[in-house]
Amino acid sequence: MLRFLTRRVIGAAVILVIISGVTFFLFFVIPADPARLACGKVCPPETLAQARHNLGLDQPVVVQFVSWLGGIFFGRNYEGLGTCPAPCLGYSFVNRAPVFETIIDRLPVTIALTIGASVIFLTFGVATGILAALRQGKPLDKIASISSLVGASMQIYFVGTLAMYFFVYQAHIFPQPKYIPITQDPLGWFGGLLLPWIVLAIIFTANYTRMTRSTMVENLAEDYVRTARAKGMSGRSVVLRFALRGTLTPIITIFGVDLGQLIGGAIITETTFGLQGIGRLSVRAVDNSDLPTLMATVLVAAGAIVVMNIVVDALYAVIDPRVRLS
Amino acid sequence: MFLEVNELTVDFHTEDGVVHAVDRLSFQVEQGTTLGIVGESGSGKSVTNLAVLGLHNPETAKISGSITFDGQELIGASRSTMERLRGDRIAMIFQDPLTSLSPFHTIGAQIAEVYRKHRGVSRSSARDRAIEMLDRVGIPQPKVRVDDYPHQFSGGMRQRAMIAMALVCDPGLLIADEPTTALDVTVQAQILDLLSELQEQSGTAIVLITHDLGVVANTAHDVLVMYAGRAVERGTMHEVLREPRHPYTWGLLGSMPSLRRPVDLPLEPVRGTPPSLINLPSGCPFHPRCDYMKLLGKEVCAGDRPELAPEHGHGDACYLTLKQKAEQRRRPVEETK
Ligand SMILES: Nc1ncnc2c1ncn2[C@@H]1O[C@H](COP(=O)(O)OP(=O)(O)O)[C@@H](O)[C@H]1O
Ligand code: SF4
Ligand SMILES: [Mg+2]
Repeated sequence: MLRFLTRRVIGAAVILVIISGVTFFLFFVIPADPARLACGKVCPPETLAQARHNLGLDQPVVVQFVSWLGGIFFGRNYEGLGTCPAPCLGYSFVNRAPVFETIIDRLPVTIALTIGASVIFLTFGVATGILAALRQGKPLDKIASISSLVGASMQIYFVGTLAMYFFVYQAHIFPQPKYIPITQDPLGWFGGLLLPWIVLAIIFTANYTRMTRSTMVENLAEDYVRTARAKGMSGRSVVLRFALRGTLTPIITIFGVDLGQLIGGAIITETTFGLQGIGRLSVRAVDNSDLPTLMATVLVAAGAIVVMNIVVDALYAVIDPRVRLS
Repeated sequence: MFLEVNELTVDFHTEDGVVHAVDRLSFQVEQGTTLGIVGESGSGKSVTNLAVLGLHNPETAKISGSITFDGQELIGASRSTMERLRGDRIAMIFQDPLTSLSPFHTIGAQIAEVYRKHRGVSRSSARDRAIEMLDRVGIPQPKVRVDDYPHQFSGGMRQRAMIAMALVCDPGLLIADEPTTALDVTVQAQILDLLSELQEQSGTAIVLITHDLGVVANTAHDVLVMYAGRAVERGTMHEVLREPRHPYTWGLLGSMPSLRRPVDLPLEPVRGTPPSLINLPSGCPFHPRCDYMKLLGKEVCAGDRPELAPEHGHGDACYLTLKQKAEQRRRPVEETK
């Protein structure tokens, strides 16, 4: 396990460096001049040249990339413009702050959004999937399959906007969604995120219901489930200890993908509910040609996916002893 | 009688129609003896024995008749009654030990679980019992192998582990459904020997299901031959193998390689395929495949259904007279054409 993790983490680091390299060069060809942003509104040519020099923009792109990489470990100092302690992902002249600080500031919003929604859609999705599998062809199964079809065809901006309109503005059942740090006011944190959680869960639950139902139906027909019943195991333990065990692998697989994407920034969700998470940050960065910030959000998204991949692969081995880590 | 099945009928209601998987089947098993149930694949052997354990889905399987085990009626018994019996007093092993064992739990955990469930003992004594059972079924280094997963065992060892799991509570009845079909020939013999040996030690009655009469030849005391969900011949192992009476039994014997054949009779394999269980042929269900119908005429064989005599002893469900049967059995193969 340890060897597997070490190797995978090194692999992930390599992937992330490659991704940052690619984005770095891509952004380099975009006609947006960070020096102009750094320099400010009124910017005489000499000052602009100075800013360019201080930012290292007069250097070849490879050197710039290496400096950027170095900043992650050693920090950077943009003379006269600002300092950026390690880990430095660049300095945003739009926000007038090191990018890393902004990311750290926004990440909790995205993570809270993701975790809360995941708890709801995992619980509901798996539970309804199991029940539907146990009641194949019965009304409950049909209701579950119809509602998951409806859920899956919904879009966040549609459901979210409707929910906002009816539950927040009309009926005042939910407060205006906002992020309050949990350390500051746990109840406020919960209330402020509840509606976005529910809306996200409505969309995501469907996948889990369908996946759980279909693999559960397969597993209930497995020989080892029949053996468990032939041993005198009670119905509940047959379902939970034997049949469900086999459905965990596909559930973990899609959950890993979903989690990676959600942490990478639920752009539409955050925009719909006006939450200032990573997703919104990346949209703002695009609007403002704030390349360092944009690049950092790309890295967070890529990092989330890469990390989730490792976690999922490790979990496979925990769930199924036949899987060997390699 | 220890296990007594009377007029057992199992119908499955499917989209295509009603599948008559088992039709008025009766048989008995005495304590400490082995009954071999033989028949081609699809003849209703597994369905019969899943009915004994009450493992059919009550929504699709309509079951009637009577199954008494040690005096207790099992058809219609409550779920908790059946759960208490299963694994404790009646145990079952299946054809493919790899798929029949949970891939997610260790061998030891799967054995200990049965013991804990039925005996309510502590984890550690259930584990000790699992090790003891693994030792009894001949698994080397049971203290180490107890923590292995099924995929770390060989095919033969897995079936040994299945047997250990089935016998952990000293059941009175063990149902073995094609226990050697998925195994190599050499391993097959070992598993059959093991079953006989364990039976001698513990006095467990065994129902041994197989499509291979050779498996029954050395193991069973009594034999029941099934065709299309019905009993077509019944008797002691010697009776059925020395003097097989039903043309279908002849066919089964004839399809065995002559070297392994338990009797030296000029017999031919049964031709054709089993009938649809939704639309059974009239009269003798074997008549569309029977080479001997010409001796009696189609009116007889496809007319009324021949019944197996209800009394005990050697019997079969065929209209041929005993004399005709004896003659036909001894005719060289070419002549029957
Ligand atoms: N759950 C079921 N639903 C419908 N038909 C079934 C079901 N289980 C078994 N059958 C049918 O019953 C017949 C007997 O099956 P089985 O007892 O498994 O045969 P075998 O003698 O090979 O063990 C087969 O034709 C099979 O298709
Ligand atoms: S009753 Fe007729 S068809 Fe059936 S086995 Fe006997 S001879 Fe053959
Ligand atoms: Mg079978």
